[in-house]
This record gives sequence, structure tokens and C-alpha cells, in this order.
Amino acid sequence: MSLSAVTSTFKLPDLSRIPTVDEVGINERVARFQSRSIKSASKVEALKLILSMIDLTTLEGQDTPGKVRQLCQKAIHLHDSIPGLPHVAAVCVYPTMVKVAKKALGDRGINIASVATAFPSGQAPLSVKLDDTRMAVAEGANEIDMVISRGEFLAGNYGMVFDEILAIKEACGDAHLKVILETGELGTLDRVRQASELAMHAGADFIKTSTGKIQPAATMQVTLVMLQAIRDYFAATGRMVGMKPAGGIAHSKLAIHYLVMLRETLGNAWMTPQWFRFGASSLANDVLMQIRKQATGVYQSADYFSKD
Amino acid sequence: MATPENKLAFDGGWQYSPAPESTDHVKIKKTYELFIGGEFVAPVQGKYFDTINPATEEKLSKVALASAADVDKAVKAARKAFVGWSRLKPAERGKYIFRIARILQERSREFAVIESLDGGKPIRESRDVDVPLAAAHFFYYAGWADKLEYAFPGRAVKPLGVAGQIIPWNFPLLMAAWKIAPALACGNTVVLKPAETTPLTALKLAEVIADAGLPPGVVNIVTGAGETGAAIVNHPGFDKIAFTGSTDVGRIIQKALAGSNKKYTLELGGKAANIIFADAAIDEAVEGIVNGIFFNQGHVCCAGSRLLVQEPVADAVIRKLRDRMETLIVGDPLDKNTDIGAINSKQQLETIKSYLAIGQEEGSEMFQSSCAVPKRGYWCRPTIFTGVSQSNRVVQEEIFGPVLAIQTFRTFDEALIKANNTPYGLSGGVWTDKGSKIFKMTQSIRAGVVWANTFNKFDPTSPFGGNKESGVGREGGMHGLDAYLKLGG
Repeated sequence: MSLSAVTSTFKLPDLSRIPTVDEVGINERVARFQSRSIKSASKVEALKLILSMIDLTTLEGQDTPGKVRQLCQKAIHLHDSIPGLPHVAAVCVYPTMVKVAKKALGDRGINIASVATAFPSGQAPLSVKLDDTRMAVAEGANEIDMVISRGEFLAGNYGMVFDEILAIKEACGDAHLKVILETGELGTLDRVRQASELAMHAGADFIKTSTGKIQPAATMQVTLVMLQAIRDYFAATGRMVGMKPAGGIAHSKLAIHYLVMLRETLGNAWMTPQWFRFGASSLANDVLMQIRKQATGVYQSADYFSKD
Repeated sequence: MATPENKLAFDGGWQYSPAPESTDHVKIKKTYELFIGGEFVAPVQGKYFDTINPATEEKLSKVALASAADVDKAVKAARKAFVGWSRLKPAERGKYIFRIARILQERSREFAVIESLDGGKPIRESRDVDVPLAAAHFFYYAGWADKLEYAFPGRAVKPLGVAGQIIPWNFPLLMAAWKIAPALACGNTVVLKPAETTPLTALKLAEVIADAGLPPGVVNIVTGAGETGAAIVNHPGFDKIAFTGSTDVGRIIQKALAGSNKKYTLELGGKAANIIFADAAIDEAVEGIVNGIFFNQGHVCCAGSRLLVQEPVADAVIRKLRDRMETLIVGDPLDKNTDIGAINSKQQLETIKSYLAIGQEEGSEMFQSSCAVPKRGYWCRPTIFTGVSQSNRVVQEEIFGPVLAIQTFRTFDEALIKANNTPYGLSGGVWTDKGSKIFKMTQSIRAGVVWANTFNKFDPTSPFGGNKESGVGREGGMHGLDAYLKLGG
């Protein structure tokens, strides 16, 4: 598809016409999701679903090929002593580590997500971001997690942010594009809603809350606002967009509340790793511990679960 | 509007397993007597009636039916107790009321379960709303007991005497708290009659009152139906009648009290307009619609039972509302995930069903969520009517069930005219992102309570009551004290 064909499909939305968000109402709705009581069979099903939705992540300055290989081992062998576990959806690494991950994962159906576009700040010229993206794709990434230029967005240069996403989408080729809004830097839920619409209209396959480098990272509140934006975009266009909360989701109970929120906001079609991901580094072990507990009735020591 | 292929699917897939609240810790006696003069006593005529669980149609307990003779005994006990109670040091009165509040909190789980068993409301609501709010009302009015002079500076305050209080079945414990707490704080004694379909938490409250060591006769609880209520209204020994219930019964009471020296407050029906402007936060407004009409199965006098939605957003609001309705779980009130419980009684279910038929006969389009409901018990799926107008009965009359009538409007003035075009005036709701519009609308709606960008929020500090056929007087807050005091010069 040529760039001109892409631009004719995706148009910058009028941000002033986007519905406003009431924070008090969002908090109340979130509290209601959290009051759902998920027990027995539905809990086990949820825990397995969560495992299959995890983007197992390492995004540190100190990452080495050795560390990434270990992470990939964890992705393949989540906890082999429990039979019938799914594998995680993807591993998420820096572009320089894509090659290592590809070799380590082989052909097991685990995707390789790479953060690109001068992650996490996004403070680089477009040409650098495009090179970053193309390199990650060339090395074997099937998913690109880009960051938006928050500075430009907050300054009101929406066209610039829109064009940038469009260009990165083009550079992604067949790789899926996740657009990180870095909601912790956007200030209000209204702005989260606007940035979500902008990213989806620019062609995002997924919208993602956070880099994990800024606090607050993912919250149920911002995730709900983004899910509502996805719902309205779907109603208007018929195109499904995926959602990835990332950062700060370390416990099964919270992850289950996210699933409740997903189910009651977007319905069953989104309840798969194809449309929902958790960006997390430590969530998997807590989920495994809960699965073990559901089977045996007791909690095992954390020492029984591998820390890679 | 969404095309069929853009429709969200909420059926099938991952479902929530049953998560029932345990009932092991709850004690319900086989028989409950009348609570008169600090003890449980058998009714004079020896008659009893059954109270059933509306979710299973099974009998929960047998409850004494109070006759006029029993009411008379209760009034005498209350009159006798009034002498000491009204002269008690106000701070001491406060202590007793604080004690009731604390015991209620300690036994909140038991009260929540019994409220759901007897009335059919979901445990999520009895646990998170009814019981905590009931305790909050006792705490709040306990604090006023020794500060009444400060509520009415420069006025001499005196209790009225003995209050007769008749409460409805939709919030049994909470309404008992609304009635008893301010009456006691002001130095009155009371005879309270809970509704015949939901007497159990009031009788449990009698146990709490006994445990709290209140002097005998300060609170008396008599159970029964309309005849018992009439015996209270017509008994000459009361100084005040407080009633919450239907407008029809309210009219009868007001007629009966005309010319008597009894003070009265009446909290009656409602048909509140919930107004959604195009500039509102739409998703949160949809949640507000749900809380407005489906809270407590719509058995709420201040329910937002008329939705007025501005035309540019009407299609989107209705689409979102239908999606949201598909996620509401109807069923076992004791399941922690239940959103909508059982209709309180067979009689009420029949009333609601008759309105569903009326709405369809009037030519409105009816939509109900597709959820399954249990075979036994009294159930009504959440329901909306679209294509209705002010001329339709489903818009004019109080249905008191999970049934919403949806109308559209074009301008601010049209919304206001429609909102006020009702004999009722209890509550209302406004949803807009614009502050000035909130103030303009809230000042113009003739209703006792108007919520802005929220709905069905209650707090003991806030007065509550109606205009027009929704009632007389205010309960809650400082206004609620006035209803139980004689103010001197």
C-alpha cells in the first residue's frame, strides 16, 4: 500500500468533537468492576487467559543478550510442572535485542514485540524513529510498540503526532503497531481519550497506556477510557483495535479486574491475546502461583517459580 | 448507529462462576413477635403472617400481625417511655444512638444477608449501600442529640412526643434508620411499622435496640399490613406521623390527619427526569442512567425513571445503554456478582408487568436485556421503552420497577418543560460538561433533590424530600431535625 493510499484511509479526527470524560464517573465504574467476585472455575479460566495475554517484558539499560535469552526461556517454559498452560503472547525487548529473541524463541508462535521510535521519550527526529522501526522489523519483530511525541501532543500539534504515527505504521509493514500514549504524561482523562482517538484514526492496531518508565503507568481508569474509545471507534468504523495496559500490573487479582473491565466494556470478541495484552514483567509468576493454589488449596513459596 | 456487524457480543465466552454470600452466620427465628415496651410480646389476637424470600418464594419466618389493640399497647409504652427519654441528658441520648450505630456496623454482614433474603435486593447493594448508610444515619443524628439548640439558634427546642412511623419495603432497614434516628435524637419515642413484605431487618433492629440497652418503650416495632398502618394513623395518641410509601396511601393519610393536631411528614412517589445533554460525558451518563433506574430493581421513589436525552446523542446513548444492559446480571440476590435481584413481591411484579403491557399497547418500542432469569421467584429483566412521549402512561405514572421510559428533546427549555410536566417532584438528574447549565437546570427543576453528573447518591447530612405529589417535609440533615421538634420563640 502506498503512503497516499494510507493517508486517504486514515484522517485526523476533530478532537473538539470527541466526548468528554468525567473522572468521578470513571472512578465509580472502576470500583464496580473491582467489586466483581471471580471464583473457582471462572478464576482458573481467567488466570490461564491472563498468561496467554502477557507480553513478557525487559526494557532496561542493562539488558544483555544473556538476559533476553533467559526471558525467552521463561516465555517458552512458563512452569512446565503444571501441564496444559498456554504460552505468553510475546516477549517485549529493545530493537537491539530482537535478533537474540528471535533466535531464542524459534518458531513457537510467541511474538516478538519491540519498542521503537526513541523509546521511552520519543524525543528524536522522525527519520531516526523510522530507522529504529525498520531495523526492529528487519531483525524479526512482528509487533512494534511506538511512543507518541507527548510534547507535540500537549503543545497542540495534533497533525504532527498524527502524521508521525501514520509514517511509523507505514514503516511497520506487516508488523502490528501498538501506539503508546504514555498516559502518565497526558494529565487528564480527556486528553487520554483524545490521544486514543488520534492514534486509532492514524492506524494503530493496538493502543497502549505506558512505557513503564513514568508513574503512574497503567491504571484501570485510563484503561477504561481507552477501552471506551476503542468501543466508539469500532461502532463508527467496524475496525477492531487492541488494548495493552502496561506497567504496574503485578498481581493476579488486579489482572482479573482488568479482564472483568474488558469483558463488560468490549465483550467477548476482545477476550483473546489477539486483542488484549498485559505489558508486565512480574505478573506471570503471581498468576502461576494462583493457578497452583487453585489446584492444591495452598500457596507455594515464591522460590518454586522461576525468576528470569 | 452501529451496523449489525459492529455489534458487541456479551453472551457466551468467559462467565463468572457463582459467588454466593454465605448464610451460615445468619439467625432467623421461626416466629417473630411484636417489640413493645422493650420486649417481644405475642399479638393480642394471636394472628401471624408469613414473610417470604421473593427470590425463591420460600417462607423465611412467621411474623405477628398487630391489631389496633397492639398499636394501642405500643403507644402507651411509648408514651410512658417519653417521660424519661425526653428528660434524659441529651448527651446520654446521643450515647444510646451511637451504640445502635456501632452494633449495626458490627453486625453489618448479618443485616445485609437478611435484607437481601427478605427483600430480594442484591447483596452488593445491601452490603455497600443499605446497611452502611443506615449506620451512618444513626451516627449522624447521635451527634446532633446534644447540639439541637445550635441547629436552631435563638429558638427553644422541645421534642414532639410519640411518633408513629410507617416505612416501605424498598429500603427496609435504611428507612427505619431514617425514621428512628432523628426522632430519638430529638427526644421523641416511636412506634414503627415496617412493610409487611420486609419486616425482618426492622425486627433484627429491635434486637439491636434491646442489646444497646435503650429504656423500654423508647422504640416499639409493630408488624402488619395496611390495617396496622391505618391503626397507627388513626390512633389519637400520636403527636407525629411519618410515612414513606405510595402517593395514594399518602393522600389517605393526609386526609385522615387533616384537622388533627398531629405533625406529619410524607415521602411519596416520584417520576424523576434524568436529563442528558449532548455535551455530557456520555459513557458516564449511561452509567448514571443504569444507577438511576436499575438500582434496587427500580424500587426507588427517587429513581430516574424518565430519561430525557438530547437528540444529537440519542442514538449513541441508547446503543450504549443497551450494551450496558446486556452486562447486567439478574438473579440470586445473595450472589456477590448480581446487579439486579428479585422483584420484592408477586403483587409488585404484576404491577410492573401490567405497565410493560401498557407501554407496548401505547405503541412504544420495548427492549429487554437477553439474560436468563431463574424459574422460581419474581423477576423482571431490565427494560427500556423508546419512542414514548409525555402523553404515554409509562411516562406519567410511577412503575416502581426496572423500567425506563426514554424521550428525546432538542433545547434546554424543552427538557425543562418535560422534566416539570409531572405531578411528582422528588428528584432529578442533569448531565452536562457545562457548569452554568447545571446551575440553570437545577434551579429550575421543581424537585427536592437534583443530582448533577451523578444519580442516586445519599448522605445523612443531605435533606431529602419531595415537592407536589411527592410529599411534604424533609428528612436527613438539619432539616430532618425540624420534623421532630417543637420550636419555641
